[in-house]
Amino acid sequence: MSDRLPGFSTLAVHAGAQPDPTTGARATPIYQTTSFVFNDADHAASLFGLQAFGNIYTRIGNPTNAVLEERVAALEGGTAALAVASGHAAQVVVLQQLLQPGDEFIAARKLYGGSINQFTHAFKSFGWNVVWADPDDIASFERAVTPRTKAIFIESIANPAGSITDIEAISTVARKAGVPLIVDNTLASPYLIRPIDHGADIVVHSLTKFLGGHGNSLGGIIVDAGTFDWSTGGKYPMLSEPRPEYHGIRLQETFGNFAFAIACRVLGLRDLGPALSPFNAFMILTGIETLPLRMQKHCDNAKAVAEYLAGHPAVASVSYAGLPSDKYNQLARKYAPKGAGAVFTFSLKGGYDAGVSLVSKLQLFSHLANVGDTRSLVIHPASTTHSQLDDAAKIKSGAGPDVVRISVGIEDKEDLIADLEQALGA
Amino acid sequence: MKDHMNHDAYPDNYIRGILNSVKSIAMVGASPVNVRPSYFAFKYLMQRGYDMIPVNPGHVGKELLGKPFVASLSDIGRPVDMIDIFRNSSHIMPVVEEALTLDPLPKVIWMQLGARDDKAAAKAESVGIKVVMNRCPKIEYGRLSSEISWMGVNSRTLSAKRAPAPTQGMRLSLNRMSVGGGDTAASDRAAKNKSEQS
Repeated sequence: MSDRLPGFSTLAVHAGAQPDPTTGARATPIYQTTSFVFNDADHAASLFGLQAFGNIYTRIGNPTNAVLEERVAALEGGTAALAVASGHAAQVVVLQQLLQPGDEFIAARKLYGGSINQFTHAFKSFGWNVVWADPDDIASFERAVTPRTKAIFIESIANPAGSITDIEAISTVARKAGVPLIVDNTLASPYLIRPIDHGADIVVHSLTKFLGGHGNSLGGIIVDAGTFDWSTGGKYPMLSEPRPEYHGIRLQETFGNFAFAIACRVLGLRDLGPALSPFNAFMILTGIETLPLRMQKHCDNAKAVAEYLAGHPAVASVSYAGLPSDKYNQLARKYAPKGAGAVFTFSLKGGYDAGVSLVSKLQLFSHLANVGDTRSLVIHPASTTHSQLDDAAKIKSGAGPDVVRISVGIEDKEDLIADLEQALGA
Repeated sequence: MKDHMNHDAYPDNYIRGILNSVKSIAMVGASPVNVRPSYFAFKYLMQRGYDMIPVNPGHVGKELLGKPFVASLSDIGRPVDMIDIFRNSSHIMPVVEEALTLDPLPKVIWMQLGARDDKAAAKAESVGIKVVMNRCPKIEYGRLSSEISWMGVNSRTLSAKRAPAPTQGMRLSLNRMSVGGGDTAASDRAAKNKSEQS
C-alpha cells in the first residue's frame, strides 16, 4: 500500500491533515494564535535562522494554514505551497521574488480585470514592467522576450470568457527564454487542470473562488512546482545569492526543490505581511474536501446552461469552451477533459441595455463581483470588474459592452435555466 | 543480497527504517559555517538525538556544536552506523572506498541532495550496505515525521492514524504510520534531467 499513489479525491480529503497527535482531533484545529512559544533560546535561534522546521509567528506560518498549503501542493503536484491573504497578494509575493526594479514580465492579455489593473498600475510603481501578449498567438510571447524578462504569467482558463490557454506551448517559450512560467489556475482548479503537468513552474490561485467554493473566505496560494533551476546566471538573486536578511543563506542550495516556496514565505510574506487568517484557512480546507464533487457539478451545469443560451433567440453568441462549436473546444478537450469550467460570457443581441435588464431581472443568479461560489453569479464586466479598462482593452480582454459573465453554481440546472428563461423572455 | 534498490524513488519505509535504526552518523564535508546546508543538517540531526561526528580535514582541531572534527573516516576510531556525504558527485567514490575499509562496516551510506554516484552505490551495496542518494536526511526526517509540513511542504504522505505524542519538545515522531501521498513527478523529472545533463 505504501507505494500506491492516492487519487485526487483522496488527496482532497486527506493531504496535509492528520489526527492531532496531542488531542486526537480529526478535523484540522484552527490555531487562532499570533505566536508560538519556543522551547529554549537555541530553539528560537534555530527557527529564526531557518535551521529548524517550526512555528514562530502567524505572519510567517501557522499550523492550520500549513495544512491548507500541503493540501493544495499535493493536489497540484507541487513540492510546497504558501497561503496568503488573497489571490492578489499571491501575485505580489511571487513577483517580488523574481523581479528587480526595471525588470519585465510577460502577461497574457486575457486576464481577470483586477490582475490587469494590478500589473498595469500598482506594479508599475515598483518598477515591474508588464509586457502584454496574446494567448491566442503564441509567437506574440516569443516576440515579447527581452534580456530583462523574468517571468511569463497566464491564466489556465482565462477570465472572463472561459477561454483555454495552450499552457504547453507557452511553457516551451518560457523554457527557451530561461524564465519560469506562472499559471493562475483559479478558474480551473486542479480538479480540471494541473498546470504543473503541462510545464508550469509556479501556480497561483485565488482560494476565494472554486477551491474555497462557498463565497465565504478570501485567500490566495502559491504552489512551487520544484522544477525551475534558480541558480543559473544570478538572474534570480532572491534565490541564488546570499541573503543579508538571513546572515548569508542561499535559499536554493539550502532548500532545493522547494526553495521558491520558502523564498515566498521568508522574504515575501514575512516582509510584505499579507498573512491569511487561520479561520479562513479552515473554511477553505473544508471547501476543498468537496472540490471534486462541486467542480464536476459546476461544469455539468455550466455546459447545460451554455447549450440553453446558445439556442436562445435573444442571445447573439456564447463563449464557452465546452461547446463543440467554440474556438477553444479543441484546447478544452486536451487540457480540461472533465469539463471546461463554470465561468463564461455571452452577448445579447440587445447590447448594453439588454445586459443591464437581464441582470436586474434574474432571481437566482446573484449580481456581484465574484466567481466560483456554490451560488450562480452574474455580472456585467464592462461596468464593473473591467470598468477601469478603456473600450479597446475591454474588447481585447473579452469584456465588451454587450457581454454578460456568469459563474454557474451547483443548484439544479433546470432552475437556473428557468431563471434565465424568465429574465431573457420578459 | 536483496533486490536491487531503485535509486530514483525510494519507498518511504526504506528511508524511515534507516533513520529509525542508525544512531551514529559521520558527516563528511561538514562545515562550521552556520549558513551552510551541511551545518543546518548537522545541527538538526544532532537535535534529533543522533550521535554526530563531523569529518573535514580542513577543520581538525576545531569543534562543530561541541563535536571535534576528525580528518577522515578512519580517524573516527569507533564504529559508525551511517556515513552522510556532503560532497559533489565527483568526490563520492574515494569516500565510499574509504568507508569500505572500516571495520565494522557502516550500515548505511547516504549521499546528500544533488549528489549521486551509481558506481559507488553498487560497490557499497555489494557488501550489504544500504545506500541513499540525492536526498537530505534532514528533509527526509522532517518529511516522514511530517514536521516539514509546518513549512507548507508536500510530505507526500497521508495518515488517518494518530501519531505518538511529540516528545523532546518540538520533535514529531518518526514512528508515525503513513501511506503514499501527493506525488511531485514534475520536480523529480526536472531533477533527473538536470543530473543527466551534468
